[in-house]
Amino acid sequence: MQKLKSPHELKEQRLCLEAFETVRPCISVCAGSGCNASGAQNVLQALHKELEKRGLAGTIDVKSTGCHGFCEKGPVMIVWPEKVFYNGVSQADAVAIVNSVTNGHKPVEKLLYKDPNTGERVLHEHDVPFYARQQRILFGNNGKLDPRDIRDYIKVGGYSALGKVLTDYSREKVVDEVKKAGLRGRGGAGFPTGMKWEALRKSTTRPRYIICNADEGDPGAFMDRSLLEGNPHSVIEGIIIGAYALEASEAYIYVRAEYPLAVEHLGIALEQAEKAGLLGKNILGSGLDFRIHLVQGAGAFVCGEETALIASIEGRVGEPHPRPPFPVQKGLWGKPTVINNVKTWASVPVIMNKGSEWYSSIGTDRSKGTMVFSLVGKINNTGLVEVPMGITLREMIYDIGGGVPKGKKLKAIQIGGPSGGCIPANMIDLPIDYEALTTAGSMMGSGGMVVMDEDTCMVDLARYFMEFLEEESCGKCFPCREGTQRLKEILNRICAGKGNEEDLELLDDAGWMIKETSLCGLGQTAPNPVLSTLRYFRDEYIAHIREKRCPAKVCRELIVYEIEPTVCDGCHACVRVCTTDSILGEKDHPHTIDTGKCIKCGACIEVCQPKAVLVH
Amino acid sequence: MPKLTINGIEVEVERGSTVLDAARFLGIPIPTLCHDDGLQPYGACRLCLVEVATSNGNGTRKKLQASCCLPAEDGMMVWTHSSRVERARQLLVEMYVATCPSSKRIQDMASAMGVRQCRYEAKDENCIQCGLCVRMCEQQMAAGAIGFAGRGLNRSVSRPFDHTSDLCRQCGACLYICPVCESRCQGPQAESTLCNGCLNISTVCFQSYDNAMCFLDPCHACEIGGPFRKDVQVKSKEFTHIVEK
Repeated sequence: MQKLKSPHELKEQRLCLEAFETVRPCISVCAGSGCNASGAQNVLQALHKELEKRGLAGTIDVKSTGCHGFCEKGPVMIVWPEKVFYNGVSQADAVAIVNSVTNGHKPVEKLLYKDPNTGERVLHEHDVPFYARQQRILFGNNGKLDPRDIRDYIKVGGYSALGKVLTDYSREKVVDEVKKAGLRGRGGAGFPTGMKWEALRKSTTRPRYIICNADEGDPGAFMDRSLLEGNPHSVIEGIIIGAYALEASEAYIYVRAEYPLAVEHLGIALEQAEKAGLLGKNILGSGLDFRIHLVQGAGAFVCGEETALIASIEGRVGEPHPRPPFPVQKGLWGKPTVINNVKTWASVPVIMNKGSEWYSSIGTDRSKGTMVFSLVGKINNTGLVEVPMGITLREMIYDIGGGVPKGKKLKAIQIGGPSGGCIPANMIDLPIDYEALTTAGSMMGSGGMVVMDEDTCMVDLARYFMEFLEEESCGKCFPCREGTQRLKEILNRICAGKGNEEDLELLDDAGWMIKETSLCGLGQTAPNPVLSTLRYFRDEYIAHIREKRCPAKVCRELIVYEIEPTVCDGCHACVRVCTTDSILGEKDHPHTIDTGKCIKCGACIEVCQPKAVLVH
Repeated sequence: MPKLTINGIEVEVERGSTVLDAARFLGIPIPTLCHDDGLQPYGACRLCLVEVATSNGNGTRKKLQASCCLPAEDGMMVWTHSSRVERARQLLVEMYVATCPSSKRIQDMASAMGVRQCRYEAKDENCIQCGLCVRMCEQQMAAGAIGFAGRGLNRSVSRPFDHTSDLCRQCGACLYICPVCESRCQGPQAESTLCNGCLNISTVCFQSYDNAMCFLDPCHACEIGGPFRKDVQVKSKEFTHIVEK
């Protein structure tokens, strides 16, 4: 693509691209990390091969796009222009799909989504219950475009917000629009973005920097990853608009090195944007000079904290420093810096295009717009979900998520990554907004949502998160470094059945202290998993302490495996899998378990057909 | 010059001062472990926490912040010894004692703050990673021979690749500034984590020392409850004898 010299040329370019848009059918296959893992690349290869074999390569397009969100049913694809949605596609289905396109688009019945409630097949993506309740303003384009091609993004209206801003908006107006839209930081804390930008504009120091925080480290979270992999230009466009409004000269995108596809796509996108005149000197003839650098993180969770992230970019050890001074006063290289999350930057073009009024009409009183969650854990529809703020957890779990698998009971929902809190099943009508979640002892976080069923032990869960945080705490301040270790030590004791009643008070005290006294956001939220489970599942802690019993039958020190002699048919299956030779008994006679040798690995339960192995 | 209010007292300090400076100027004692006037503030020990009222768009909010790193600003409202601060400090010191029970300075702090129990298992780590030695070496001795290595629970003060650095002149400044090197009194309750037993027993620790003079500065616990207590003159004959000696 040639260099665009003005917003007008950009518009013309889009019209040209639209004109070239033929009625050619297109199979767009999701090639996000989730679908790739379930074999999307094989499907793509098979499709290309099949088309070539039939000489249809020029008449039917195949496109590999970013994440569509429905990872559970991957690989997924949409066949344009009919917009037929297929899920669970394998490479063997390539022939049938190509056949259906050539034979007048008769859909392949078995690949259509089957509604588990009605048993009916669903033809279009927007009719699938998983998508029906979503409002995909950030992720909507993911399924339409090839992230490696800037022309795809321009075709769907990309960079039009930038063009609009450069021609019609003053710098103040951009900040004002963001402020009026009520956009809040999507990284977790929910600080009003407009206020942050305004604070930066007050500073007279030059140069100013912009940072895009893509150091997504929460276990089970992949929102930023999918956005960067699937639609990197939307983030870049947001950053350029920010650069115009904030008079920034350079930006850094700090992305995890563990996201190779995101790094690759971002690199390609930056190069293409620069070639197209959307980055570099004199952007679209407006006189704006702006560059974006890509920095890869070295794998520290704490570098998601803004001051630690700045230290990491500067080449120092990724440890936070106290605020104030805030980054908007003294940030990267000591200059004023605005740091925002990937989703925050991607929301900016949407606000510019559709207006602050439209954006602020979505959501609740104080939380506006949409929020992206990665819905994982014990849930039927695992995937990426974009919903308007204020939607209840019930709608999230049952309408979108399709409920808990295997008919198990929902127990709790953990929101906000390792430092988020657990919300019990009886609070399922809680609306998702910043304030409501914080009051409930959890937090919005960057959007991880882990669903847990009755088989999860809450004490064990709290211990797991403490183990994670103990390793990921940077170790600079005492309460976070030592406190997470101490909390784990106490939880270990309780899980082993060696806890006492005073431990509960100690957990409360230590948790409160770590929260109050820690240096950065990591420490200040680190005790949340312990404090929230103590608040809502205290009886479970008490069962571990008083009765030396794990109600969910998870904590190994507190459970015993037994074979029910009346059910056991003596098939010997368990004897064969037991690694410690702790199952005794002759064939065709009921077996017994030597509890002294048993390591409670659960292998016998899995193979026992008559379900004779019981856990007490 | 910023004018702020600390515990209800107005104070005007030079621009660039921290809240800790301002409080000390007023004579308000704030405990610290990682602070030294000659070194850049670090904010790691968290003992110098004060309660600060910050106002944002939605009203005022009180927050605990480390005073050593907090620049004094005009109109600031600060409380150095509110119940919230005291409780946080006590719980913090309780954890410090468990981590480093052999340090006299930490034991003294615990006695002074009224910490009368330690509910954690003693660890004897000896280093609290206050970073004073590292900063001393780098900022005052211009050597930078030691630094932090590792992260989280594996973090420690270390030499480059565990070899003595050529930069080290063995000046001993790191030893001098270490707040926890001085070992605690090995008196009557040395085996317990928390050494403020002197507060609760009537016999003074000198008796169990076999009349030998203690070489340490008096322990804080002794000052409050033991032989060095300032409020009550102890009239024990034996005790006067030792002091005179």
